[in-house]
Amino acid sequence: MSVDIKTVKRVAHLARIAVSEEDAERMTGELNAILGFVEQLNEVDVSGVEPMTSVTPMAMKKRQDVVTDGGKAADIVANAPATEENFFLVPKVVE
Amino acid sequence: MTDLTQLTISQARTKLRSREITATEITEAYLSAIERANPALNAYVVVTDDKARDMAKASDAKLAKGEGGSLEGIPLGIKDLFGTEGVHTQACSHVLDGFMPRYESTVTANLWADGAVMLGKLNMDEFAMGSSNETSYYGPVINPWRRSRLDTVVMPTTHQGEGGFVSAGGTRTARTLDNAQLVPGGSSGGSASAVSAFLCAGATATDTGGSIRQPAAFTGTVGIKPTYGRCSRWGIVAFASSLDQAGPIARDVRDAAILLKSMASVDPKDTTSVDLPVPDYEAAIGRPIKGMKVGIPKEYRVDGMPAEIEALWQRGIGWLKDAGAEIVDISLPHTKYALPAYYIVAPAEASSNLARYDGVRYGLRVPGKDIVDMYEKTRAAGFGREVKRRIMIGTYVLSAGYYDAYYLQAQKVRTLIKRDFENVFAAGVDVILTPATPSAAFGIADEDMAADPVKMYLNDIFTVTVNMAGLPGIAVPAGLDAKGLPLGLQLIGRPFDEETLFQTAHVIEQAAGTFQPDKWW
Repeated sequence: MSVDIKTVKRVAHLARIAVSEEDAERMTGELNAILGFVEQLNEVDVSGVEPMTSVTPMAMKKRQDVVTDGGKAADIVANAPATEENFFLVPKVVE
Repeated sequence: MTDLTQLTISQARTKLRSREITATEITEAYLSAIERANPALNAYVVVTDDKARDMAKASDAKLAKGEGGSLEGIPLGIKDLFGTEGVHTQACSHVLDGFMPRYESTVTANLWADGAVMLGKLNMDEFAMGSSNETSYYGPVINPWRRSRLDTVVMPTTHQGEGGFVSAGGTRTARTLDNAQLVPGGSSGGSASAVSAFLCAGATATDTGGSIRQPAAFTGTVGIKPTYGRCSRWGIVAFASSLDQAGPIARDVRDAAILLKSMASVDPKDTTSVDLPVPDYEAAIGRPIKGMKVGIPKEYRVDGMPAEIEALWQRGIGWLKDAGAEIVDISLPHTKYALPAYYIVAPAEASSNLARYDGVRYGLRVPGKDIVDMYEKTRAAGFGREVKRRIMIGTYVLSAGYYDAYYLQAQKVRTLIKRDFENVFAAGVDVILTPATPSAAFGIADEDMAADPVKMYLNDIFTVTVNMAGLPGIAVPAGLDAKGLPLGLQLIGRPFDEETLFQTAHVIEQAAGTFQPDKWW
């Protein structure tokens, strides 16, 4: 499979990365080189093989459903580019 | 006084405990070495001198009372991927500009609890994506090793040399260092370069596809990627969560064992952290390997591999045989599919993990006309080319209609890769010996690799299988090539059997010796 420039632009938008016409053109070539490389996986017979979900067989650890952490609003917003009263500020999303 | 930076961790530990040296002295020795060398090597992105001095002082107070942990007063460098409270943590990316976490990663917290001293944050490929440390926002790291030329020099019959040396004539060989700058490998290039150039006693690193072992091999240092789940991933910037593991880079096998013992722990904050006690890895060093079964996988003999790598491998086989190991030929038939499967799984997980860098909660924000425009402009400006490329691949293979063809297929192939190893271990093989990398360190801005991303990816061909199967792997220096550059061998072990790796790697180290670059910086 290979991608065209239109697909690259669509994927870039899905990934929320702005691309110029020139970027998209370069990326098309690069992505196709990588997709060409991974194509060899199709020659592997995977009938009856389960996809891996965890490298080490282990049961997911569970803990009591209780509050163990919190009260750190100031820490959480400390690194944000724009905040007000422990809220993250973003451009207006609803009119 | 001898140069304190030359001491290994185990040597420094003894001298610190006996009060022959102080933590402050050894810390100051490293800080001045960094000051002199870093402009040339670019291994550190931040030097935390005040913090280092404070920590050393606290260590000295403990040592004076006969107290202190296993790493009390040992100065370490920390890869920029580890969250360090109140200290620059940016995964060497522009998108995390100014980020200083309000928390400490579990691995670094373990090191500080054992008394280690933080010298600073080490350069790396952006978000650990790269094999040459050239994708860092902070510029490439330079390998302290340089190629050299061996010249035969005819000696005059009598010659008053330095120190009153009188030559009896004949010939001698002289090494002339080449000026070309080489990469230290990646992504833990800063860690490898700093350890190799004596800018820290040891360093933390991480390995998703080879990022500890490949740079260790390129710099003549020892690097171990432990079994997935051995070190907590909590507080480490995530790249590909099912593959990422932390581990140390050190000057010798014993130091690597000392560091891993401290870094590894059972951590309730990471659900993939395994509930197994951490053994005393150092105790495994020196145990005989007589009767051990060492597997040699035929699939690691790849086309175009330099003859020197093959020769190195054969030497390694010889050393282990001499030590009484039984050498067996094995087959890991799905080896060649590990790298292509990795380049689906890792980018897919990365595209998800890196979705959080959107200019809202931390780091860089580039204003836009609306929120989506702000996201897109921030990510376009904040991520470098390699990171964008991998996010794009990951987004594509996870997008509607392609998930089964790419991601599901790759995860099935991954099951087969793991099964290959399980079969070999079930047949009684204790450890597998392979080359660590398909070549020695290459030049900065290598044109072939810049033109074709897949060429760069091939650096990880021998290491990536280990991440795909979640196994432990160690790279240990085993010799120099004809140009005087270090080459490494890799040992792969059973899950959570890091002890066998240290035990066997030590046998190789005893036979091969340790290697130091000629100082030019």
